[in-house]
Amino acid sequence: MWGQGIIKGLRVTARNFFGSYFHKSRLVTVEYPEQKRPTPENNRNFPFLVYDGDDPEKGLRCVACKICEKECPPQCIYIVPEKDERGRPRKHPHLFDIDISVCMSCQICVEVCPFDAIKMDQEYELSRSNRFEGLLLHKRDLAKPNAYYRQIHPTEASLVDAELEQARQQQAAKEKPAAGATAGPGQPPQ
Amino acid sequence: MVDFVHPNRSNLETENRRYRFQKAEREDSEGQGVLEISMGPQHPSTHGVFRMDVALDGETVVRLKPVFGYLHRNHEKIAEKTTYLSSMPYTDRLDYFCSMTNNWAYALAVEKLAGLTVPERAEYLRVILGELTRLQNHACLMGFLLQDLGAMGTPLMYAFREREKILDLFESLSGSRMMCNYMRFGGCRVDLPAGWLDQVRQVTGGFGPFLDEFEQLLTTNEILMARLQGVGVLPRELAIHASITGPVLRASGVNYDIRKVDHYGIYDRFEFRVPLGDHGDCYDRFMMRLLEMRESLRILEAAMRDLPEGPILDPKVKIRNFKPKPGEAYGRIEAPKGELGFYLISDGSANPYRYRIRPPSLINLTVLEDLCLGHKLADVVIILGSIDIVLGEVDR
Repeated sequence: MWGQGIIKGLRVTARNFFGSYFHKSRLVTVEYPEQKRPTPENNRNFPFLVYDGDDPEKGLRCVACKICEKECPPQCIYIVPEKDERGRPRKHPHLFDIDISVCMSCQICVEVCPFDAIKMDQEYELSRSNRFEGLLLHKRDLAKPNAYYRQIHPTEASLVDAELEQARQQQAAKEKPAAGATAGPGQPPQ
Repeated sequence: MVDFVHPNRSNLETENRRYRFQKAEREDSEGQGVLEISMGPQHPSTHGVFRMDVALDGETVVRLKPVFGYLHRNHEKIAEKTTYLSSMPYTDRLDYFCSMTNNWAYALAVEKLAGLTVPERAEYLRVILGELTRLQNHACLMGFLLQDLGAMGTPLMYAFREREKILDLFESLSGSRMMCNYMRFGGCRVDLPAGWLDQVRQVTGGFGPFLDEFEQLLTTNEILMARLQGVGVLPRELAIHASITGPVLRASGVNYDIRKVDHYGIYDRFEFRVPLGDHGDCYDRFMMRLLEMRESLRILEAAMRDLPEGPILDPKVKIRNFKPKPGEAYGRIEAPKGELGFYLISDGSANPYRYRIRPPSLINLTVLEDLCLGHKLADVVIILGSIDIVLGEVDR
């Protein structure tokens, strides 16, 4: 009979419509600003810089090696190393800017960083009224404590912390024979 | 006063004139007028910024010219200027529905170039993710096709509901719903988070009933059959000569699936059938997707059962300073839309010397005029939808 298929289809629609009052699996929408879905641990949005200790300036792990700047696919990272009095570059960024209007959240910078200094953030409510300044993040906006990193990516952070701890112990063991040497200048205690 | 005049300005002007809706009183053989319509570039049914110059005699299409390039991003040239790894996130943006398979094809080409081996576990993970990608791409496609037919919203939303579950899986694994950037040369980026496989089992377990429901909703629908059957027939010979690949080719009855022919990855270990159509019309292409999804579910089940433990990345791979030896390689896979191939030439430096993509969407689009001639204007949109193109891949 002509029209049987249509009626069969409409039965499915009716089942979905009335089913949405009874079954959670048929009602999947979330009313966003009031309700929010939990963010998965691996979720990534834009990069931030990790610092150890309390001082977001001194504790930065970044050594301004510019590897991420070179590897960044859309070229959204801009780094200027700090210079000492004699004009030689120090292992610290003077400028570290990320243009998050250009960034495509690929996390290549995280993968190539040999110092675990840059990680991916999960903050996603980033609307700004200004098209230019608001989306160009500077060093002070990007620096976030290691505790924050541990909070958003617990599994990954514990691995990274263990690795850094191991590297620090090896460094200390190496420097032990040289008596009186300062312990690990690049790695302030946590 | 304009100081700078583009050398092609005169051409641009004539092009612009042709964009406009115009009625050209052209004399054809019977002495009747032909109506020229420019469909697009933002027609809601054209799956992106795509334009068709259609010439109509009454309502029948007598000429059709696809015009694309609105989404051109210079991907191939950018890839030749950046390192091998930096091109990986750009491949996500080719066919933005199936970033996992795009990653896979590119990784395969680089692995052939650099002679890397992929650990067993990573191979299984790639199969799982590739088949999940196929599921969500085909579910989406059927929703869009029905949207083109005029079934506003309902089938598309049902399809999106299922797709969303798969995208959630991608997010909890790779960190991003659509731009996964997950595969790496010689393996994958991160291992599975705890409980991920159980989530996949839950999703794939619910996918079979969804397909049953979807089939009940649509496949026997009289309107759908009247609109799809016998429309846009692609003959077998033309499909082969135009090097059409993917479900479009198989709908015309050609048994050619790169998973079976090329045995890339570990596909020779799985038991699955390749569905074939025999009319090559839109209905066959629609059903091809439905049947392929059922086969994908079988592959997924087997892959999750056999997934071994072990490393997920070849330990020889260097992340920084990756420089394959000089040579050339072509890696191809059966992406949901057809054969996706990457051709690379290395000169030993950190950037590829030549980087070329063979996108399935673009090649499948070449027969659009042959499919549409003699059909009504309303069928053009359906035929375009049944070919399943994504403009990110067509224009690159």
